[in-house]
Amino acid sequence: MSGGHSTYTPKSGIGRWMDARLPLPRLVYDSFVAYPVPRNLNYAYTFGGILTLMLAVQILTGIVLAMHYAPNTELAFASVEKIMRDVNSGWLLRYLHANGASFFFVAVYIHIFRGLYYGSYKAPRELLWILGCIIYLLMMATAFMGYVLPWGQMSFWGATVITGFFTAIPLVGEWVQQLLLGGFAVDNPTLNRFFSLHYLLPFMIAGVVVLHIWALHVTGQTNPTGIEVKQKTDTVNFTPYATIKDSFAMVVFLFVFLYFVFYIPGYLGHADNSIEANPLQTPAHIVPEWYFLPFYAILRAITFNIGPIDSKLGGVLAMFGSIAVLFVVPWLDTSKVRSAVYRPWYKLFFWLFVVDAIFLGWLGSKPAEGVYVMLAQASTFYYFAFFLIIMPVLGLIETPRRLPNSITEAVLEKNKGEAPASAQAREG
Amino acid sequence: MRKGISEMKMFLHGLAALGLGFSLATSASAAEYPLHEPEELSWSFSGPFGTYDKGQLQRGFKVYRQVCSSCHGLNLVAFRTLEDLGYSEEQVRAIAEEYDIEDGPDEAGDMFLRSGTPSDYFPAPFDNPEQAAASNNGAVPPDFSLLAKARAVERGFPTFVFDIFTQYAESGVDYIHALLTGYEDPPEGVEVPEGTYYNPYFINGISLAMAPPLSDGMVPYEDGSPETVEQYSRDVSAFMMWAAEPHLEQRKATGFTVMLFLILFGGLVYLTKRKVWSELH
Repeated sequence: MSGGHSTYTPKSGIGRWMDARLPLPRLVYDSFVAYPVPRNLNYAYTFGGILTLMLAVQILTGIVLAMHYAPNTELAFASVEKIMRDVNSGWLLRYLHANGASFFFVAVYIHIFRGLYYGSYKAPRELLWILGCIIYLLMMATAFMGYVLPWGQMSFWGATVITGFFTAIPLVGEWVQQLLLGGFAVDNPTLNRFFSLHYLLPFMIAGVVVLHIWALHVTGQTNPTGIEVKQKTDTVNFTPYATIKDSFAMVVFLFVFLYFVFYIPGYLGHADNSIEANPLQTPAHIVPEWYFLPFYAILRAITFNIGPIDSKLGGVLAMFGSIAVLFVVPWLDTSKVRSAVYRPWYKLFFWLFVVDAIFLGWLGSKPAEGVYVMLAQASTFYYFAFFLIIMPVLGLIETPRRLPNSITEAVLEKNKGEAPASAQAREG
Repeated sequence: MRKGISEMKMFLHGLAALGLGFSLATSASAAEYPLHEPEELSWSFSGPFGTYDKGQLQRGFKVYRQVCSSCHGLNLVAFRTLEDLGYSEEQVRAIAEEYDIEDGPDEAGDMFLRSGTPSDYFPAPFDNPEQAAASNNGAVPPDFSLLAKARAVERGFPTFVFDIFTQYAESGVDYIHALLTGYEDPPEGVEVPEGTYYNPYFINGISLAMAPPLSDGMVPYEDGSPETVEQYSRDVSAFMMWAAEPHLEQRKATGFTVMLFLILFGGLVYLTKRKVWSELH
């Protein structure tokens, strides 16, 4: 762990001078070169690095786009088209930024599911997990406001619907909604403040990412076995081992991301956003971006009143609750075993949860009528049951499989078939 | 352990039965507009190596100018970009000069009309949406600049998954072509609102306010292409795709270089990774 002694020794005179005054090279060396990572990390563990890359892509393309964008209801749509047609490589910047948001979410969902699968949230990594949840929440706010900026039909009506949720909150709801909008409806003040916040939030994300990585370097990474690092042979140095593995994963991820950018850039968007916003004409179906669809399905699944809570407030509470529940996951899971690898029933329920989340996404894209409502209600029930019933109960009644004694033992067991002769743990 | 496995099997069987029930239930849901799905045509600009057919774009531009432009604008397109269609600088200048552009104010403070230059944009056919609606039976004719990207018929599951691999990005032009060639007499017993025309390909209902705009032979072609509604609608759809996505060719060409680079670079990184990790055991 990074609690260990620093092994950095500056080699040059300038290095020693710097080290005595501002040991930045030492920090970088300790964090990204000598930092020990478990030797058995698989490719599911490369998404942290990929997310950092995507944040950088979004900030860099976003800064240049902001140089050409006009946050005014009269000009916004045309200024985006100006970027697409006349700005040098503007079409590339915009498609990178728009699809980049989607792939940022692809990466974050894989990252979160990986955490749920391997029990990465369990003690002592609760704060690490909560910081991640905060980043995810900030990402959602940023993406939502970014989608409003091109001022297309779906931008406008998406903003109208989503800010409308807040009116369901008793007493302060109307006030909160008007504060968000800067008026009584989505209009120029809304666009102005959304642009301002859309520029601000990514830097707040970057700040929380620093805390997230800091917390990670205090506790060290988990690994597929869920067993803590016990001896030196359990780990390898971050550089070159993790660096090169992360690099390869990044190239593969970039390949998929850029395939969308160059060949099907409109695939993840919506045709209605190529029509300029028109407050007098409501689109036939208002749907949010794909990464919000599961939550949209949960919102619309609550079609009934629960005691004093009407269906509208109930839907909003369920939607916010579906994200809020993530924050308390470390205390909902009662299992003594961390990783799903050794928990056959949890593994099954986990994969059902993945299917359920994807199914909710599909339901979110469908109109809230007929059989879809019932399906959304069943899926919403499983979503919450996974966290609130399965996680606490299963941890108490499930019999886990036999755990290896250490990471090294797990690696050796796995390699036995492949390389029997050379499979010897080497010191250092 | 054996008991555990059989319990899990039973659980999974129950789950499969439940899933089947759900899929039967969803297949019974109601149909929506359009009544007919648009036909998927083969376009020169589809696929990873797609390029615009300049002859087709010029024909489509001709159809636009002679038929559509009296009602439909092209607000976001500048004359200078018509060079993409294969016109020379002089030809573009000549085309621009055929349009009257409002400019001003002059020294006396009055607005005046002058002939267009390549840096001008296509002037709008109507002064404002109200005027457009008043002259078109209450419906505003949509601007053509982005229409090929602004219309899409829902693809449904699992087609939308296959679309990723087939790179299907032509739903807009397929829809426009289907709409232009899809007018027919309403089936018996179907009432169409007055002043609208039945078209089972229309995305928003059974009929639309636009009368069938094209008829065989109405636009003369010089390159020997058939002067039919079918050909006209293909050509004008292709032109609209260009208007909506003028950098499509550059995008796909750049994409190929990038993909090739990533495959080679990724291969090298992978070999390096193998080498680094092989020394560990």
